[in-house]
Amino acid sequence: MARPQRFLPEISLRFVPVWRRNLRVWRKLLLPSILGNFGEPVLYLFIFGYGFGRLVGQVERMPYMDFLASGIACSSVMFTASFEALYSAFTRMHEQQTWTTMLNAPLNVDDIVLGEVAWAATKGALSGAAILLVAAVAGLVAGPAALWVLPLSLLIGFCFGAIAMIVTAVSPSYDFFLYYFTLALTPMLLLSGVFFPLRELPDAIATVAFLLPLAHAVALVRPLMTGTVTHGLVLHVVVITGYAAVALVVATRLLRRRLAS
Amino acid sequence: MAVIRARGLTKRYGERTVVDGIDLDVQRGECFGLLGPNGAGKTTTLRMLLGLTLPTAGELEVLGHPVSTAARAMRTRVGVVPQVDALDPEFSVRENLETWASYFGLDGVVAGRVNELLDFAGLAGRADAPVVDLSGGMKRRLMLARALINDPDLVVLDEPTTGLDPQARQHIWRRLRQLRADGVTLILTTHYMEEAERLCDRLSIIDGGRVVADGVPRELVEARIEPFVVELRGPAGRCWGRETGVSLAERSEDAGDTLLLYARDERPLLEALSGRRDVDYHDRRANLEDVFLQLTGHELRD
Repeated sequence: MARPQRFLPEISLRFVPVWRRNLRVWRKLLLPSILGNFGEPVLYLFIFGYGFGRLVGQVERMPYMDFLASGIACSSVMFTASFEALYSAFTRMHEQQTWTTMLNAPLNVDDIVLGEVAWAATKGALSGAAILLVAAVAGLVAGPAALWVLPLSLLIGFCFGAIAMIVTAVSPSYDFFLYYFTLALTPMLLLSGVFFPLRELPDAIATVAFLLPLAHAVALVRPLMTGTVTHGLVLHVVVITGYAAVALVVATRLLRRRLAS
Repeated sequence: MAVIRARGLTKRYGERTVVDGIDLDVQRGECFGLLGPNGAGKTTTLRMLLGLTLPTAGELEVLGHPVSTAARAMRTRVGVVPQVDALDPEFSVRENLETWASYFGLDGVVAGRVNELLDFAGLAGRADAPVVDLSGGMKRRLMLARALINDPDLVVLDEPTTGLDPQARQHIWRRLRQLRADGVTLILTTHYMEEAERLCDRLSIIDGGRVVADGVPRELVEARIEPFVVELRGPAGRCWGRETGVSLAERSEDAGDTLLLYARDERPLLEALSGRRDVDYHDRRANLEDVFLQLTGHELRD
């Protein structure tokens, strides 16, 4: 009778109530959450951008602060989505038993994973929007083409949310997340053109950096915010979407095993 | 019509067999008990009934749905009260019910149902209280109310009254009897034998993943146990029991510090005991706990 489960996640609109549950909770904690979206990245942008900008002057024929703003927008989406799919999701899975309880309703593991990753994407996009707003007010954004950053933030957030969900799926405790930060997120932050152009790195390292999703996110977002020309648009979107899709499949399969064996 | 029909239901984890070929038939409108010591396979059986874990072998239909392929459709008609109170701590009582309704696709249309359930659970006055402020009994009542949001045909309860004070247990029992009177089928696990005797129309006792007895509680007691029991406690009691008591009873059982004597007629025992002020004893009717211990033994299970 044991039926082989389908390989791919079962995509159904049942993920929406899972997403909406998290939205309801978020609305209760609106103020600290929004402050978190603006706070740290804005400090980075202005203090780092100002101090360092005076030192380096122009980067890629633009003021350093303009260059940095798009990088900070991407890294902020990455960290916000990752935090949500790591710490907050783990709390719901492990501490509060929210997920195991949801499985008593007509929801299955696939709905929960998709709902959680979609929520991480939403929070990522909110933080991307916050940076975009601040950058626009500060005159660091070239034109309305930058509005494309909003849907892109959703995609980038989905990608990092899905990858983080894999980590959550195999994590025995909160401490485990530190490996992911130290071995994956921090190196990616430093190697993806957020703070300086990738061209400054040795070719071999730059090539490795382009195997990771954040470099593609920055390559997409920077031209939109600074009004320069995008190169390799399709490739960047395909890489990010590919990471997102594969990570969603892997996370779903791991969590099926963890929650419903 | 059978609400639950299981044949040869089996669950193995590697070499370990947790559920070993269980047959179950639960009829519409009855309250069915699943009893057994810790580790007997009760919770795993419930998880299979709900489609939360796949059986290794066997056939299983719940509400006419084959669970292996239609668990989601089946769960739209089922309510579940799990062992632990997993309420959303960020939400109020009402929001917990509304959020749960949304998982069934029932948003918007449930305001009336939510109010009804708040009354049912005796929580109408606490609708806007955060659930973290509720007592253990209130949380349990809310869990039961939440499980009814979809007006289910079958309610599955895993140890519904564990850890509750007597008032809260009585309240849950009244509500469960009310549900059964309304035609809802109930299946519950419990460690409280008097709860099973009061609530269940029929029950199965399982141990080591197998059904070791099943039937109507009163009939199980009558068929397996002499009607009268005298419990002899302490060294003096046990000593009297071994030397004198056993000859006046049909059967005896040693349960550590207590010797149990089972008799078809209790009068000879009570007469013999009447002059013995040094012997600590208690006489009672045989009950389901005697059946349970006879079948599953006195040893600790975990």
